[in-house]
Amino acid sequence: MYLAKVYITLKPTVNDPQGLTIKGALHNLGFDTVKSVRYGKYMELQMEGEDIARAGEQVKEMCRKLLANTVIENFSFELEEMKIT
Amino acid sequence: MKFGIVTFPGTWSDGDCYYSLGNILEQDVRYIWHKDTDLSGLDCVVLPGGFSYGDYLRAGAIARFSAVMPAVERFAAGGKLVIGICNGFQILCEAGLLPGALMTNSHLQYRCQWTNLKVENHNSPFTNQSTAGQVIKVPISHHGGNYYADERTLEDLEKNNRVLFRYCESNGEISAGSNPNGSMHNIAGIINARGNVMGMMPHPERACEPLLGGSDGNIIWKSIIRYLTNKV
Amino acid sequence: MVFKKEVLDEVALSIGEYNLIVQKLGREPTIVELGLFGSLWSEHCGYKHSRKLLKLFPVTRRTAGGKEQLGQVVIKPGEENAGAVDIGDGLCVIMKIESHNHPSAVEPYQGAATGVGGIVRDIFTMGARPIALLNSLRFGPLDIPRNRYLFNGVVGGIGGYGNCLGIPDVGGEIFFAKPYSSNPLVNAMCVGIARRDSLVSARASGVGNKIMLVGADTGRDGLHGASGLASRTFGEQPEMRSAVQVGNPFMEKLLMEACLELASTDWIVGIQDLGAAGLTSASIESAEKGGSGLDIDVLKVPRREQGMTPYEIMLSESQERMLVVVKTGCEEKVMAVFQKWDLKADVIGTVTGDGLARIREGDVIHAEAPVAILTDAPSYRLYPRKPAWIKKLQNRDISGALNPGRKSFNWWLLKLLGSPNICSKSLVFRQYDHQVLNNTVISPGGDAAVLRIKGTPRGIALSTDGNGRYCYLDPYAGGAMAVAEAARNVVCTGAIPIAITNCLNFGNPEKNDIYYQLKECIRGMARACRVLNTPVISGNVSLYNETHGEAVYPTPVVGMLGLLLDVRRHVTAGFQEKGDVVYLLGVGDDRVNDLAGSEYLEQRLGLVAGRPSIDLAMERRVQRCCLAAIGKKIIKSAHDCAEGGLAVALAESSILGGKGFIGPQWECGELAAANLFGETPSRIVVSVAKDREDALLKEAKRHRVPVKRLGTVGGASFILGENVNISLRDIEQAWKQGLEGKG
Repeated sequence: MYLAKVYITLKPTVNDPQGLTIKGALHNLGFDTVKSVRYGKYMELQMEGEDIARAGEQVKEMCRKLLANTVIENFSFELEEMKIT
Repeated sequence: MKFGIVTFPGTWSDGDCYYSLGNILEQDVRYIWHKDTDLSGLDCVVLPGGFSYGDYLRAGAIARFSAVMPAVERFAAGGKLVIGICNGFQILCEAGLLPGALMTNSHLQYRCQWTNLKVENHNSPFTNQSTAGQVIKVPISHHGGNYYADERTLEDLEKNNRVLFRYCESNGEISAGSNPNGSMHNIAGIINARGNVMGMMPHPERACEPLLGGSDGNIIWKSIIRYLTNKV
Repeated sequence: MVFKKEVLDEVALSIGEYNLIVQKLGREPTIVELGLFGSLWSEHCGYKHSRKLLKLFPVTRRTAGGKEQLGQVVIKPGEENAGAVDIGDGLCVIMKIESHNHPSAVEPYQGAATGVGGIVRDIFTMGARPIALLNSLRFGPLDIPRNRYLFNGVVGGIGGYGNCLGIPDVGGEIFFAKPYSSNPLVNAMCVGIARRDSLVSARASGVGNKIMLVGADTGRDGLHGASGLASRTFGEQPEMRSAVQVGNPFMEKLLMEACLELASTDWIVGIQDLGAAGLTSASIESAEKGGSGLDIDVLKVPRREQGMTPYEIMLSESQERMLVVVKTGCEEKVMAVFQKWDLKADVIGTVTGDGLARIREGDVIHAEAPVAILTDAPSYRLYPRKPAWIKKLQNRDISGALNPGRKSFNWWLLKLLGSPNICSKSLVFRQYDHQVLNNTVISPGGDAAVLRIKGTPRGIALSTDGNGRYCYLDPYAGGAMAVAEAARNVVCTGAIPIAITNCLNFGNPEKNDIYYQLKECIRGMARACRVLNTPVISGNVSLYNETHGEAVYPTPVVGMLGLLLDVRRHVTAGFQEKGDVVYLLGVGDDRVNDLAGSEYLEQRLGLVAGRPSIDLAMERRVQRCCLAAIGKKIIKSAHDCAEGGLAVALAESSILGGKGFIGPQWECGELAAANLFGETPSRIVVSVAKDREDALLKEAKRHRVPVKRLGTVGGASFILGENVNISLRDIEQAWKQGLEGKG
């Protein structure tokens, strides 16, 4: 079993209204040190499998096909082995 | 009676609340800018619907830090009436003035439609002009109206008659089919323990004229007016 | 020539056009100037292929007294961002429809969302409060996954943006057909209201006045949106994807409130939104309108991305930006309004008197060309021949469809009611807020939406229409039918049709066949507009709607505005009371050709053929008769006969009213199918109380309109003589579930 931690973020060049608005709110609360906010999504996927390379390929495919909108989003992920309980 | 309607950046039902209270029910109404902190002279504060701060991060999460909110909290603590509609309800929950949270609708879609609401407690300042178990027709318009609270909170709400409105069939039956957003216990509106702060997802300000499809929303406004008149 | 052919391709200019630029300027243009020309001479901004044809449209309205203001056109096409028409009491309605087809084909959610954003800006730019949105959508069949993805994305984007703004989405139509596969049409219409004396112009004038840029920072979003996307056909070209713009409806809402606040002051000369071709078209077109020059320093433009060139800054299509021309001395007051709404505003230039568009980066001048030359796009006129294939389709024998095959008419009626083109679209409309602003009297799903106008007894009715199948078979008739049906729809609510806006969605106009369609369609629309007295007050042209060389159906979308003098007297489409008598105003010919271009024909034989036609004089008489009868309170319900024909229209009135219908006598000979499902235009199903039958017949006679008694309202069944007998529940279910599970 593997645990895939998937991060979906807007491509750096794409406008991020959510991030901008959150940054403004943080400034209003006095957190002036914040220079930039980029809003994204985080997902955890538990997957069956033995081969970490193959699992990685699968997650990549899932991101391309469904999890990320590659027109405007980038994705990255980490794979961890899970103990079967 | 004097009503104050709060405008946050992104609020849009402020105008509709103003029109229904001011033009239809001929009450004294004024707008309150989210940066203002002066609520003096008001009998009731309305937090209207809309997408404050674009609903970014979470609906109501940013608006609850507006300058006006501590004043609203003091206003409520003084026993005055506060009503949150739609986004206003979300803000009240985020601010902790009402328990629970409003999650994304269970079907993940926006819903704008007329709903039937069963009045579960007709003795509150917001419902005293309704009859026991009356079914009223009021529209919803939201993406995140799925009421959630933990077991203990729900038990507390139910035990103390703090659920004011539940989604129901036109005959009053509380059914899964009449629940438009997945809310627990079909909850559409609740009050705080003291009974002076109310939040509801449906929009009473949209149901004040037969020309627009119904006027049951006036029951809520008239209840508030009656309560305040009696108090004076 | 100092530029390579590829550079010209990128800005979509031909070598001939380049040479024209050199000739006019008397020198080679700079790269920034080339970008300006490419945008301003694009079809989107310059209307190269359509300008001459668009002149055919009538742009004024005949009003009764001559001096009467009600119904008068206040702002004509091309004068401002949108057209305006007087609705009395010093108020006017401002409206426009615009396409966002290409962006929606690339990224449907954002494409549709920013389409809504753009059209809303066009309205509040003029100082008008937007009060309604409508959408006219076309997709390929939903059994293809890509089309489902586009459909869901577009609907999501429209709702996501419009709901956040607090502008009700009150109507429109959705149509599915193969030629729209992978090439959806997304036309968004916005309607606003303003006091006639407080309209704001989009002009830059007054030497020394400051030009202010407000709203979002500028990024590389949508570079070449106007020239690249809107002027070229494309398949799945990944490089086009960098052009995707992400909308921010929250900022748009703030901009809207701030601009409306400014519109009520006298601190500004003009406001213009940044749409296609961004800063380029906004600034230079404003200068042209004001007869001025301008001087813009791109270093003053706040940027979201690093290392942007002057070229990129001028052509960026970043959303939610406005240009405001501020009167000297009022800068601080204007700035304070934007600050109140948490908006950023920067002075980026000044209005000049030399007639030049000067673009600088600090001290370095990157462009310095006369505004008059930049905005003088060439205009092409072609002389197309009628394509042989159209004749062939028109003459094709369609009589085979008269035979319903192995299925009964019951089966066919249920099939048509459940077809995505006919069924209830409530699954879509319930995702849009259609009530906010407390004006919506008739919600989406009726013939037209009706809104009351606060503070007056009046109301307006709004509808969009345009059947691509009819235009494909006969572009002239199809164009006329689009106008006629839109007008008929508002008439069915009791409103007088007074003006239209339109969006012309066609393929590549450089091809003979497409140009023929465009030309004929415009001629047909123009004719109908004259006959029905509904001038064109605004519009938009979307050409090059092709994928792999296959064009969409020629699709003119008409957005109709109707006026109700007393909104309480509106009429709805549903049957009202048991015992009411149902009539048909205007009568079909009951011939095979009624089935031309019909939904039934396509479903029955898989054919799009035949020659649709319309008698505009009859159309006008039917509409006048219906309006007169509504005015005299004779008619209790009215519903237009459209796709699916008479049987479907009657079934819809039954479903909407929740009441059965009994039509005792029915054409049951060999023309039964044409009678049931033929789509002859100029017909309205009306119901009247029993004691008002004579009054209706008298009105019909007075207007020389054929009229036919069809049956009575009542019962729990839907019965058309021997042909159809179905329970009300079954027709309702078929109609309501047509889109279920298809999204």
